[in-house]
Amino acid sequence: MSGPSLMDSLFQRTLEDIIKGLRHQLIGEQAFISKALEEIRKEIKSTDLSTKSTALLKLSYLSSLHFHDMSFASFHALEVLSSPRFSHKKIAYHAISLSFHDSTPVLLLITNHLRKDLSSTNEFEILSAVVGVFCELASKDPRSYLPLAPEFYKILVDSKNNWVLIKVLKIFAKLAPLEPRLAKRVVEPICDHMRRTGAKSLLFECVRTVVTSLSDYDSAVRLAVGKVREFLVDEDPNLKYLGLQALSIVASKHLWAVSENKEIVIKSLSDADPNIKIESLRLVMAMVSEDNVPEISRVLVNYAIKSDPEFCNEILGSILSTCSRNVYEIIVDFDWYVSLLGEMSRIPHCQKGEEIENQLIDIGMRVKDVRPELARVSRDLLIDPALLGNPFLHRVLSASAWASGEYVEFSRNPLELMEALLQPRTSLLPPSIRAIYIQSAFKVLAFCLRTYLMLRGTAASSTCPDNLPSGVSASMSYESFDDLSVENGGDVTVTHGQPSTSASITDESIGNLFNLVELTLGPLLGSHDVEVEERARNVVGFVDMTKLGLLNASAQEEKDIEGKGVEASKTIKLMCDAFTKELGPVSISAQGKVPLPDGLELKENLGDLEMICGDIEQPSSNSVSFGSSYEEKVDVSFSNLQIKEDSEQSNESTSLLAEHRKRHGLYYLSTGQSETISNDYPPANDPMSQGNINDNADDLVKLAEDSLIPKKKLNHVKPRPVVVKLDEMDEKPFATKKCDPKDDSLSGAVWDILLGSEDMVPTSSRSNLSDKPSNKIKGKEKQRTEPHLESKENLVEDGNSSSRRRKHRSHGKERRHKSPRKKNAEEGEDSVQKVKEKRSHRHGRHKSRQRADEPLNVTPQTPVIPDFLL
Amino acid sequence: MIKAVMVMNTQGKPRLAKFYEYLPPEKQQELIRSVFAVLCSRAENVSNFIQAESIFGPDSRLVYKHFATLYFVLVFDSSENELAVLDLIQVFVETLDKCFKNVCELDIVFNYSKIHTILDEIIFGGQVLETSSTEVMKAVEEISKLEAASNSITLIPKSASGWRNR
Repeated sequence: MSGPSLMDSLFQRTLEDIIKGLRHQLIGEQAFISKALEEIRKEIKSTDLSTKSTALLKLSYLSSLHFHDMSFASFHALEVLSSPRFSHKKIAYHAISLSFHDSTPVLLLITNHLRKDLSSTNEFEILSAVVGVFCELASKDPRSYLPLAPEFYKILVDSKNNWVLIKVLKIFAKLAPLEPRLAKRVVEPICDHMRRTGAKSLLFECVRTVVTSLSDYDSAVRLAVGKVREFLVDEDPNLKYLGLQALSIVASKHLWAVSENKEIVIKSLSDADPNIKIESLRLVMAMVSEDNVPEISRVLVNYAIKSDPEFCNEILGSILSTCSRNVYEIIVDFDWYVSLLGEMSRIPHCQKGEEIENQLIDIGMRVKDVRPELARVSRDLLIDPALLGNPFLHRVLSASAWASGEYVEFSRNPLELMEALLQPRTSLLPPSIRAIYIQSAFKVLAFCLRTYLMLRGTAASSTCPDNLPSGVSASMSYESFDDLSVENGGDVTVTHGQPSTSASITDESIGNLFNLVELTLGPLLGSHDVEVEERARNVVGFVDMTKLGLLNASAQEEKDIEGKGVEASKTIKLMCDAFTKELGPVSISAQGKVPLPDGLELKENLGDLEMICGDIEQPSSNSVSFGSSYEEKVDVSFSNLQIKEDSEQSNESTSLLAEHRKRHGLYYLSTGQSETISNDYPPANDPMSQGNINDNADDLVKLAEDSLIPKKKLNHVKPRPVVVKLDEMDEKPFATKKCDPKDDSLSGAVWDILLGSEDMVPTSSRSNLSDKPSNKIKGKEKQRTEPHLESKENLVEDGNSSSRRRKHRSHGKERRHKSPRKKNAEEGEDSVQKVKEKRSHRHGRHKSRQRADEPLNVTPQTPVIPDFLL
Repeated sequence: MIKAVMVMNTQGKPRLAKFYEYLPPEKQQELIRSVFAVLCSRAENVSNFIQAESIFGPDSRLVYKHFATLYFVLVFDSSENELAVLDLIQVFVETLDKCFKNVCELDIVFNYSKIHTILDEIIFGGQVLETSSTEVMKAVEEISKLEAASNSITLIPKSASGWRNR
């Protein structure tokens, strides 16, 4: 190809021609551009600098606004730069600024030209640019620029240029925190600017400097907050937005500033501008405290229902994150919170299913007291067939199904629960969640059957079965039965007044139950999903094993002591044992504390395995919270295997676990203890108010008047239940967990008080705080659970505790306390109690870790275990 | 510093794009598209800010102004003041208005070089140089004179369009 001829440059199209051509679009934009690029590639090789520069300009245009690569022209740009003509140079510099970057090969060649071409600019430009550059440098490494502070101070006092002043303020905002004396010097000039200036930009920069870097100077902060208020009431949405932003900066140190402006803040929730709405939501959440969290959440949830989907989820998200902060620090009434979670799930726009799922399970495991309410909330969610149609809720339903199975003993009607778990619309669930449903159905079924056995046993031993005392309920029987099996019959008592399963389980209902299971799970035996199929088989297998024995036995009336009935009841007992044991959360670092046994090779030869398994797809895990589904499956089949074995061995797995806990107690998180809770908290589920959005904003304002004033309620209606924490963890075991050193020190302080006071004997964290709500530390109590204390065998209870214990028996909704601790506490407070921890199978998320640690031999409990977990 | 200046019309067509940190053209296009997606969903009479960190990464802020058929967008970091940058957009538009006598979208379409000249007088390398439109005007006129002087030496007509226009 010969070089471009004179004709080429004579008839070269200008940039204007290109732009016009593009606008006419006779041949389509893309085609036109490629044609133009083709021309440019030819023209840019021209020796004529005019032609070359015009080509370069056209190329710059196409690169800048039509995003075509121009890196091929970097050398041509340099050639144009060497032109003596100003107009050529200008084009070249423009092209270079567009296309050159650090790795452009000819970059070094520019510097020469630059040196030649540098011309001076006027004074303002220099000062402005220099200050601007310092501002950026200072933000990266402020300390090195402290020596220049006097110069900046001079500018701050003398300069009349707002742009320069803003930059200097930005520099001082970085420098002031480093040098208190400097802060003291600049605070007055900054306040002067704040008072005098008419420029909003400078005013805002002063405000921002004060609230970020000079927040210790009260008078300055007061002045700044006053200016913020002017911003907030301004018509201009920009000023309002920035005012709210300044408030959120100031909120962390001076919450009063937010409270003073709460009305405006809350009204801004209904602003047309999404920025302002989100900013004010953030501020509202900053005002939330232990005392007003129920009211604020109520109003916000009502408001969320009426908001657009995006803001609705924004609200829900901030409620969820605020309430779960520091392991639910601000939540006192967990019953309320759990029902709020249930309510939030039902909001049509709710897309926070995953977060709600995590919190439901997390709270269930951490807060023992809330389990009855959790079971109730879960049941309400499960029995509603409509919810199954909403994919966003599947995760919540998964948590509900798990909680219903895990805490089935709190269920008022397990039969109804079975129907809910096996309802036809569960086919809408993804297989992983459906598997959880089936597994939960398994647990509920086992519970129903055992309850049935217990009732029958009671009936058989009683002379007139119809006069069964109403207080002796199914779940009670279940409980004592459970204790019998676990505690080797040692300290069994019959506890009274447990929540009763309202629907009595009869022969007929058991028959129906079996039919239901076979009918619904039968078709799933051939499911393509491994999890679903496996679990369905487990349940159906269990039914097969127990059905004949149970039904025959009932037909023969009281002859169930012999024959198949015995076998069936053993099987049921075994399964219930397997399901009732709790595995608490395990510290995420626990595995690391286990010393590596000698001779254990972990890495060798695994390379081969990887090749084998490489192309096998990993089974999808059910959900974050349920641990590895594989593990769960193993566990079930493990249990099934055991069923076939002698009944002597039936408790082997549970006792193994119990022993394991004894031995490695420190790796377990104690699952907490319950405190007595009176039931006089206002119901959380008030019917939603049906106003329009503005009404709601008014509600919010009213609420602000009532409850956002930082006031301290002197008496909490009820003490905060214990929330189990793993304080030492820096990683969250569950999605919601956040650790704050502040909280550590707080709980540490509370613990010190507990230890220090004479009548508070250190107790097993797992056992007896439940029986003595420490009213001394009302509401505020943050019981730190100490694994090393938990293992202490002897527990002395002081006499005072009994008098402080609340009469919670009178309430219909009772808390059940497993294990003989309860009984002992009632019988005599001074007695030395033996606390035994019970542990067993649970299809919880820590299964895998658990099994990995499980020892084969059993050693006595060590009296003191160092608290290196904390 | 200022990270980017963009002017686009209400259909999302870019009319001016200047990034002060090098970005490959495809990335620039992507950013402009995502900014437009947010801009066009915003109502009138709301604030002039957009949450920019999801688009431009951490420590990014964005202000925009809507004039007739054009959005003027500036992206910057925490070393700039939001309100001052809004004023800067005003300065830029005022300067354009003075240069073109009632500036409209077409002026910006057809005066690619001049727009960049004006912008370069206000912002250079991400730093704001001049905030007075009068000063900017003076500088731009000077540059135009220089350009004209350097071109007048040319004897051969520069382009076919130059011929046609005679």
